[in-house]
Amino acid sequence: MPTKIGYAAVLVVLAASAIAFAGPSGGSVSGKVTYEGTPAKQKPIDMSKEPSCAQQHPTPITTETVVVGPGNTLQNVVVYISAGGPDEASAPAQAVTITQKGCQYLPHVVPMVVNQELKVVNADQTSHNIHPLAKVNREWNKSQPPGTPPFSEKFDKPEFIPVKCNVHPWMHSTFAVLKTSHYAVTAETGSFTLPNLSPGKYTVKAWHESYGEQTQEVTITGSETKALSFVFKAKPY
Amino acid sequence: MRTTKLAKLCFSIAAVLTIPEMSSAQQMESHIGKLNGHSDAGKQLFYRYCWGCHGFRGDGMGENWLPTGSFMEPYLNIQPRNFTAATFKCRSTPTGTLPTDEDLYNAIKRGFVLSNMPSWITLTAQNRADLIAFIKTFSARWKNEKSGDPINIPPEPKLTVESIKHGQELFQKLECWKCHGQEGRGDGPSASTLTDSNDQPIRPYNFSVGSRFKCGATNQDLYKIFMTGLDGTPMPSFADVIKPDDAWDLVHFLRTLQDAYKSPELALWVSTKEGAQQVAARKVSGTPTGSGFKQ
Repeated sequence: MPTKIGYAAVLVVLAASAIAFAGPSGGSVSGKVTYEGTPAKQKPIDMSKEPSCAQQHPTPITTETVVVGPGNTLQNVVVYISAGGPDEASAPAQAVTITQKGCQYLPHVVPMVVNQELKVVNADQTSHNIHPLAKVNREWNKSQPPGTPPFSEKFDKPEFIPVKCNVHPWMHSTFAVLKTSHYAVTAETGSFTLPNLSPGKYTVKAWHESYGEQTQEVTITGSETKALSFVFKAKPY
Repeated sequence: MRTTKLAKLCFSIAAVLTIPEMSSAQQMESHIGKLNGHSDAGKQLFYRYCWGCHGFRGDGMGENWLPTGSFMEPYLNIQPRNFTAATFKCRSTPTGTLPTDEDLYNAIKRGFVLSNMPSWITLTAQNRADLIAFIKTFSARWKNEKSGDPINIPPEPKLTVESIKHGQELFQKLECWKCHGQEGRGDGPSASTLTDSNDQPIRPYNFSVGSRFKCGATNQDLYKIFMTGLDGTPMPSFADVIKPDDAWDLVHFLRTLQDAYKSPELALWVSTKEGAQQVAARKVSGTPTGSGFKQ
């Protein structure tokens, strides 16, 4: 009797894992973003005017206009489906968060879907103002002194919006507001994966804050993984 | 000689012919109290009075403005408003929303202190309403979006020394001084780095220069400035972070920074020992360029 139960349990586990595997079927696009040439050298940031932030960085952090990894990989590139995929019927329920910590925006690039909730957190002991310089969406500018609770905003049109804090001029970020939830932001390795793509023809774009945007077409026929790589031309300035 | 004149004539005729074509694309109205403005009438006024600065296309690139870095220094040191972006500083509405028609009407009527925009009080009220209607044809936002709901401004509480003191605490806590300076002279540590949304340098308001603010001269106008923010500039909205009572306290304190304007707030402040000491200790009390900040 106990063995029978055990046998049944194993079956259930197997079945469950099979379903999980089959899950949202489809192909995917995967690859790496690299650069050629010499990227601009990032400069150390002088935070001496803001001691509460400066002391959080024993070694000064640098600007983040171009962040690279070993093997010429490029970080902070937004890779996303710009055409071919269905537009999102509704925004994901979960909010994306941007945190101001040590007078730095974490993360540096914040991807989100149109109308998705964006939560803005100030973890610093100083006042920040969050100023998205939107052109397509509405531009706004809100102060967030230390100790004030996070606030939420959303953007209703796709746009790459530069964000700055006017009090601390070195603070820069980008809100990447996208029509699709099929996106990835490259980490230090420069690699990305866009999973769960049903068969069809897609336009894949890669966006970098200093080097602009690149476009490639890809066709998914089944559940295969299509390799795709983007190479940006680095500028030394 | 003759040909140049002829060419000029042809050019003017062409220009005149192009104007109606441009804006016949859409018509707008404005409603300010009982006044109803019409863009057709406003167009005639705009191309007579406004386009020299605001530009043929309303993009703030009129011939009186040349961007910083062009081979000539700009004639105007503050770029005229670009109406195609539909971003406005002086609003009664929350940050990120369109102003009301009345906000724009008041801006034309009042003019902008410390800039080249004069008060257009010489135009009739109907003229001003018509101009607002025409200005709204430059951006599709006016078709696609509604003006924001004006913020609620509770009645001003009684002026007290406690109110001024609390306002001063808020000035520290909210770090207004980072840009405006400890004495409100627009010379705080971040002041020199500020740019507006067109990447043009912009200076924070210097309270010691007079009685008028960018968006008006009353206490209510001052309240509105920091509760709505001046969109397109580094000045953020504090609506989410301070309560209306606190905001009034801040108004009372800010008035005491206006050395060149003897407000009831300043009079009350210098009548206290603490206030008198602080005012006396200001670098050069009572002069507009007290901290050596070039006006």
